Amino acid sequence: MNVKVTIDGKLYEVPSHYTALDACKAANIDIPTLCFLKELNETAACRMCVVEVEGARSLQASCVLKVRDGMKIKTNTKRVQDSRATTLELLLANHNKECLNCDRNGKCELQDLAERFHLKEIYFDSFEKRTPFIDDSSFSIVRDQSKCILCGRCVSACEKIAGMSVLAYTNRGFEANVGTGFNVELDDAGCISCGQCINVCPVGALQEKSHVEQVWDAISDPKKHVVIQTAPAVRAAIGEEFGLPIGTSCTGKMIAAIRRLGVDKVFDTNFAADLTILEEGHELLDRLQNGGKLPLLTSCSPGWIRLIEQYYPELLPNLSSCKSPHQMFGAIIKSYYAEKTKIDPKDIYVVSVMPCTAKKFEMNREELSHNGLKDVDAVLTTRELGRMLKEKGIRFNELPDEDFDHPLGEYTGAGVIFGATGGVMEAALRTVADILTGEDLKDFEYHAVRGFEGIKEAELEIAGNKISIAIAHGGGNARKLMDIIKSGKKEYHFVEIMGCEGGCINGGGQPYVNSHIRNEGIDYKKLRAQVLYNEDKSKEFRKSHHNKEVKQLYDEFLEKPNSHKAHELLHTSYKAREIFPIK
Amino acid sequence: MKKSVEELMKIRQETLKKMELRENDAHCRIVVGMGTCGISAGARPCLTAIVDEVNKRGLSNVQIVQTGCVGMCRLEPMFDVIIGDKKYTYVDMTPEKSRQVVVEHIVNNRVIHEYTIGEEEKE
Amino acid sequence: MQYYRAHVLICGGTGCTSGKSLEIKAELEKQLVTYGIENEVKVVMTGCFGLCEAGPIMVVYPEGTFYAHVQVKDVKKIVEEHLFKGRIVKEKLYYEALDEDKVISVNEVEFYAKQKRIALSNCGVIDPENIDEYLAKDGYQALIKVLTDMKPREVIEEIKKSGLRGRGGAGFPTGLKWEFASNYEDDMKYVCCNADEGDPGAFMDRSILEGTPHSVIEAMTIAGYATGSKKGYIYIRAEYPIAVKRLEIAIKQAKDYGLLGNNILDTKFSFDIEIRLGAGAFVCGEETALIESIEGKRGMPRTKPPFPAEKGIWGKPTLINNVETFANIPAIILKGGEWFGSIGTEKSKGTKVFALGGKIKNTGLVEIPMGTTLREVIYGIGGGIPDNKKFKAVQTGGPSGGCLTAEHLDTPIDYDNLVSIGSMMGSGGMIVMDEDTCMVDIARFFLDFTCEESCGKCTPCREGTKRLKEILDKIVAGNGTIEDLDRLENLAGYIKDNALCNLGQTAPNPVISTLKFFRDEYMAHVVDKKCPTSVCKDLLQYTITDKCIGCGSCAKVCPQGCIEPLGKEINSKTKRRQYVIDQNKCIKCGACLEACPPKVKAIIRK
Repeated sequence: MNVKVTIDGKLYEVPSHYTALDACKAANIDIPTLCFLKELNETAACRMCVVEVEGARSLQASCVLKVRDGMKIKTNTKRVQDSRATTLELLLANHNKECLNCDRNGKCELQDLAERFHLKEIYFDSFEKRTPFIDDSSFSIVRDQSKCILCGRCVSACEKIAGMSVLAYTNRGFEANVGTGFNVELDDAGCISCGQCINVCPVGALQEKSHVEQVWDAISDPKKHVVIQTAPAVRAAIGEEFGLPIGTSCTGKMIAAIRRLGVDKVFDTNFAADLTILEEGHELLDRLQNGGKLPLLTSCSPGWIRLIEQYYPELLPNLSSCKSPHQMFGAIIKSYYAEKTKIDPKDIYVVSVMPCTAKKFEMNREELSHNGLKDVDAVLTTRELGRMLKEKGIRFNELPDEDFDHPLGEYTGAGVIFGATGGVMEAALRTVADILTGEDLKDFEYHAVRGFEGIKEAELEIAGNKISIAIAHGGGNARKLMDIIKSGKKEYHFVEIMGCEGGCINGGGQPYVNSHIRNEGIDYKKLRAQVLYNEDKSKEFRKSHHNKEVKQLYDEFLEKPNSHKAHELLHTSYKAREIFPIK
Repeated sequence: MKKSVEELMKIRQETLKKMELRENDAHCRIVVGMGTCGISAGARPCLTAIVDEVNKRGLSNVQIVQTGCVGMCRLEPMFDVIIGDKKYTYVDMTPEKSRQVVVEHIVNNRVIHEYTIGEEEKE
Repeated sequence: MQYYRAHVLICGGTGCTSGKSLEIKAELEKQLVTYGIENEVKVVMTGCFGLCEAGPIMVVYPEGTFYAHVQVKDVKKIVEEHLFKGRIVKEKLYYEALDEDKVISVNEVEFYAKQKRIALSNCGVIDPENIDEYLAKDGYQALIKVLTDMKPREVIEEIKKSGLRGRGGAGFPTGLKWEFASNYEDDMKYVCCNADEGDPGAFMDRSILEGTPHSVIEAMTIAGYATGSKKGYIYIRAEYPIAVKRLEIAIKQAKDYGLLGNNILDTKFSFDIEIRLGAGAFVCGEETALIESIEGKRGMPRTKPPFPAEKGIWGKPTLINNVETFANIPAIILKGGEWFGSIGTEKSKGTKVFALGGKIKNTGLVEIPMGTTLREVIYGIGGGIPDNKKFKAVQTGGPSGGCLTAEHLDTPIDYDNLVSIGSMMGSGGMIVMDEDTCMVDIARFFLDFTCEESCGKCTPCREGTKRLKEILDKIVAGNGTIEDLDRLENLAGYIKDNALCNLGQTAPNPVISTLKFFRDEYMAHVVDKKCPTSVCKDLLQYTITDKCIGCGSCAKVCPQGCIEPLGKEINSKTKRRQYVIDQNKCIKCGACLEACPPKVKAIIRK
């Protein structure tokens, strides 16, 4: 059904479910917004988007105002213009405007507004500012409250996407703030480090904890043999840092670019993803055949690991003991690769480029080291990689495509799809089905596990075995699924969980997606996932057990999946973690 | 206990009686002289007796108030009974006599003239 | 039935309780035993009498003797003299309750005689912890009437006919609100009583809940019947412990009598009430923030629409009314909408409770018919301004209201009149200011409150009110500029126009109204750097004139040690000199002014 609305004197017909903001957009008027994120943060808090509505006493926030038939909206009056300018002025007056050395410089939505409004002065600049507060206690996330504009996007993301509500409003009035319960450090407040808060922050108030400096140091240290591995989701998004459209595949350019940073080797975490499938697949088979604890829960996502350790410790025995792929890779590099290349593992510096902030926490876990050496020495987010490439002046878009180094550079289509929700499940099924049937099955695409529905379930029949599976992505969905499993309402054999909504392609370390793009309804998660599924299709080998270099690794070093050596290097253990611990 | 409408009405009526004292329009007022003279002559037991009797008979709408010395100390204990605009003054009271007054005068509406002094007065 | 010859009513409202009325009651009971009259005299703890200025209050029936400022030590005398011997203790009477030598009963005292009590009718009359006394005062009769012979629609019509408008602030027609809530169909609906009274100085809701909690319970049950809801919430701040306790008792009693719960009075109608305690944030009085808080979230307003009638508590249709609004309902049902509509003005019907405060003799609660003039309230019921000071302004509507001046004194008080002259009814706060009040300082005082109480959600309120206050700080410190004044005015208008909820939109009202009526005072602060009422310390100066005799009394008391005999010589022989104040060190405490001998009066404050 359509309704008629008058916008700035012109009559338009728009669908009745539209907001005034939608209607204005349809009329080619771009109303400024700041706090608004469609379906996520519809709070009308910032008041940037106010319009005049005939009959209303005060100005109305267009972002949440549903159109009515006959509604008369004015967007260009002095009253509206001055109001928006004052709102912006008030925000800027209480904002740490050290833009030039802010990580968000050039990518800041507040900066965009400042550019658009051309304020002559900020009258209240000399007035009191909110008490500055920086929490950099977390391994993953840094909060700088001097930059926070209290739009509440992170609060909504933490509540609705991460399902955590670790970040919330605290205090009142001018001292209102975003913070944790009892103002404890982020890592003690039940945070899972997923970084979804960073992704939605319009300014530089939330950032990953940067490893850029230490990576530069390692690269410039002649004694260090620097090895970089890249997660599958990175290639699906790094182009965005260089202005390429969302959904551009950049595998070759990415490799070329990283090589030009001056590192010694560029490997692909996908190799380890294939390795993971062999380990985890055999673990599943073992549990299925020998009455092990079911459902088996995947363990690739460190955000998810924190979630289960903090909130569902009773389900820890269900968790696969496999390390996450990049940690496996680190362990292999500092053992097998070191042996092969005769480099002292102490001199090898492993850098993981990840779409993830939780990996920064993960790499610091005590269990994830061997002979006193950490598996991984630094974790860069996709954004940080972009920053480093720009700093080096590498013309990313012009680079030729290059290939990963070998060995440990080969990967199958199964490894690539690890980066999207359902991908680990599909990759595992491809291998497990072949093992169970003893055939090389031709029909190995599992479409039931793909897509972005919060919780996906399927019942499969493989070689006469009924296998019941479930997939959840994003902390909120993960909690729902865990509650179902705990209640015993449903029984599954194998469950894949990823800590971020949509999987790694939407990880907390991925390039910022401007709220305008989000609010347009552009499904950036789908576009990025498509890159991975396309790459899967393009690969000659699409099942992990067909990876020749992985096979070689087993033959030369690990013997067989779940061997003693594999356990020593590729598997780990977990522990319940207290939230709000009493110190 | 859950109450029916009738029961609620009954509670209402009974409580209303108890609270009538807080309205300023009582049917009957008994004003007891409680000056030093009155008290030393035994007004206190009389007052107690009146209250007790009123209580026993479940009378409502009776106000019992005290007053100071009215200047006829030799006739104490004494009190006035005022019903409508008629006032009678009872003198030389004892607790027993006081009870009688309550019963006869207030309940049965018969003034005990032998205890009163003077004529009926307009209040 | 036990007959008592006297009833002693002691105020158990919050004001008198903090004045030790509980101890007074205990002492009274003890003394009655001592004098052997405990079976003759009944002690009743009531709700607030309203005249808090006179508290703790004790009223003795049947005489209606009105004792004021009663202290524990007075009790023995009252028992011995009044209750035992029958002699009224005149020196403890409320000052107006004694005319020459004649004792005036409580109901004839001017403060009460000029009021018309509907919402407060039971306050100070019944024992709020005794449902029977409420029943005796026609309590639950309205519910019986509604359940036995009215259809929900008829109830709503009756409320609409009465013209009752919301007493919480905005004055939305109550009948319409009920109708909206009843029109939305859903499997669950809620009735909510907003008892999150937050305006500083306003306490009518507390008094109603403390004095006649059953009125609100009865009204909510009627509202439940009318709107088709079976669950009610009372959202009350935890810092009202007495009100909470009495509500709990009242709910329990109502349940015991079957007036709450399943199948009330054996009808199909069921209704239950739950109390939700708030932590006392001002913003939680805003209905959508209140809903958030009931749901266990941080109290921050939601955008409207959707209004609570459509999507309220847990997203279900919800009727929210304020305590005082509910307290009017039983009387409207019993006496009819027309009766209620006959009281008040054309568009504002019935009575309104005001909390009188500030520079006024009779501080306390008054309930008056709509349309009464401010003059009548302030000079009649309120007894005027103490110490014969001149009236300057009255702030109505609490911190979100506005200041009105002497020219408005004869304005009949109703919703629309107050708005048209730049203020509002609000919840009924009325703060009187005399000639010694600095209006800039007052605006700053109110701003300070709204600033602190802003929830911090929207930019205009969170950032804007703070900047308003900072500009005012600048002005009272003598650092204000004309540009600041312009900024102040623009920003105030901006906040009114842009804030998300009513709290924010009305927060600048004190600034706007004082700028409108007292601009000259602002100018004096900004241009002349003077505070005309000598309130703003930073703009004051203490100086020692030629009258100084060099005694040094001032220097002895100066906490800064900044007064020294450095002036001109008074006596050539003794070399005594006049004293001088070092203005750079002076903290303007005024101690020197006090210390200067009255005969000399050499120190002046400007």
